[in-house]
Formats: sequence, structure tokens, C-alpha cells
Amino acid sequence: MGFLTADRIDLPTLIAAVAAPERGGVVTFHGLVRNHHAGRPVLRLEYHAYAPMVEAECRRIVAEAETRWPCRVTLQHRTGVLAIEDTAVVIVAAAAHRDEAFDACRYVIEELKRRVPIWKREYYADGTEAWVDPTAPGGTVAAASR
Amino acid sequence: MSPSHGTSVRVLLLARYAELLGTEQLDITIPAGGTVADAVASVRALPGGHLLPPRLLIARNLVQAGLEDQVGPGDELAILPPMSGG
Repeated sequence: MGFLTADRIDLPTLIAAVAAPERGGVVTFHGLVRNHHAGRPVLRLEYHAYAPMVEAECRRIVAEAETRWPCRVTLQHRTGVLAIEDTAVVIVAAAAHRDEAFDACRYVIEELKRRVPIWKREYYADGTEAWVDPTAPGGTVAAASR
Repeated sequence: MSPSHGTSVRVLLLARYAELLGTEQLDITIPAGGTVADAVASVRALPGGHLLPPRLLIARNLVQAGLEDQVGPGDELAILPPMSGG
């Protein structure tokens, strides 16, 4: 199973990948497509990814989490065009107890947002488009229209 | 150009940067023993290259790299906009 997928993310498959009899705490994080950004209505968005590096970086982040906490972690992120409320990313962390599972899940989503080469292109109700850029004033940079 | 005169490097441009330069992939030659900074300078000299921001995030063979890192034959560099996944 790759960390990047063009298909709908199947939560039971992810949970099954990390669940075990000795792990009594399972924490999941779901990131959904929001219908607004910086006060602007969003109609849909498109994820672009540097796929080979997404796989490599996600492997590193999972290994870090599993080294830091006694847990197992997995995740998947969508690519391509997504509609409002579609699930864009799911993280699942399983551990013997809830503390480690919460901490590991939080670590993985924060590191993913910081390090994994995936980009959002947003399409707005007024017909304009922009790349999301957390470092830019207003959080976006205008995109070349297609 | 023969290998003694330079190092051939593939440079990928991702997401918005592909739009700025009008291509997703470049094959450039930098001086033998050159660095990531040399490759970036070559890209900045291309049409649209001046639109790239002053500070760039670069990956070398799928790992984030520094400007001073040496680039070898067959290396793949990628110029990455600020990430916005999740």
C-alpha cells in the first residue's frame, strides 16, 4: 500500500494495518476538504505531489514516530481533484495505551504538513485559482489559469 | 558535453514552480564538482527563472538538501514550493 493514492481512502484497511491484540488505543486523524480558505469560498481543490519523495518522506516520518513512541502508525494522502468534504488524508496510530497513540498521530500530521511534498491548488467560487502557500501573505499565491 | 567538462543533472520543478518555468523537468549541466547552488543558478538563468523566490527548498535524490551540497552525475534535484499537503 502506497502512502499516496488516487482512490478513496479506506479507513478499515488502514486500521487493520496497525491494529494488534496488544494495542488497545487507536487514534485516527481525518483531514477533509474545507469549503473556505482565508475568507474565500472554495469549490474544490487539486492535490499535486512529488510522488517518489512523498513515499520516502512518509516512510521516514512513520519510522520516527515508531521510534519515539511504542506504537504502529500508517497514513494515506489523496492526490488529484477532491470535492468539499472529501477525505484528503488519514493518519492511524495504534498503541497499547491512548497517550502514545494521540502523541504519535499528532506528530505524524504535523510532520506531514511540514515536510511531505504535496501541494494544494484551490478553485474558488469567483472562478479564480490559487496555490496554497503557508509562507505567503494571505496564505495563497495566484495560479496561472488553465 | 563530455563528463570531464561537467555534470549532467535532472532538475524537477513541482507544482507552482512548473507553471512559472513552463516545464516540469529540465536537464542541465553544471561544472564538475558543482553544488546545488550551481544548479539553482542555472535554473534561475532560464526563462521564467527570475520568478522563483529568493529562498528555495531543494531535494536531492528525495532528501532535502543544502545549497552547498555537492551534486554528482545522475543525481535528481527537485525544486519544491512551500508544502501545503494535509
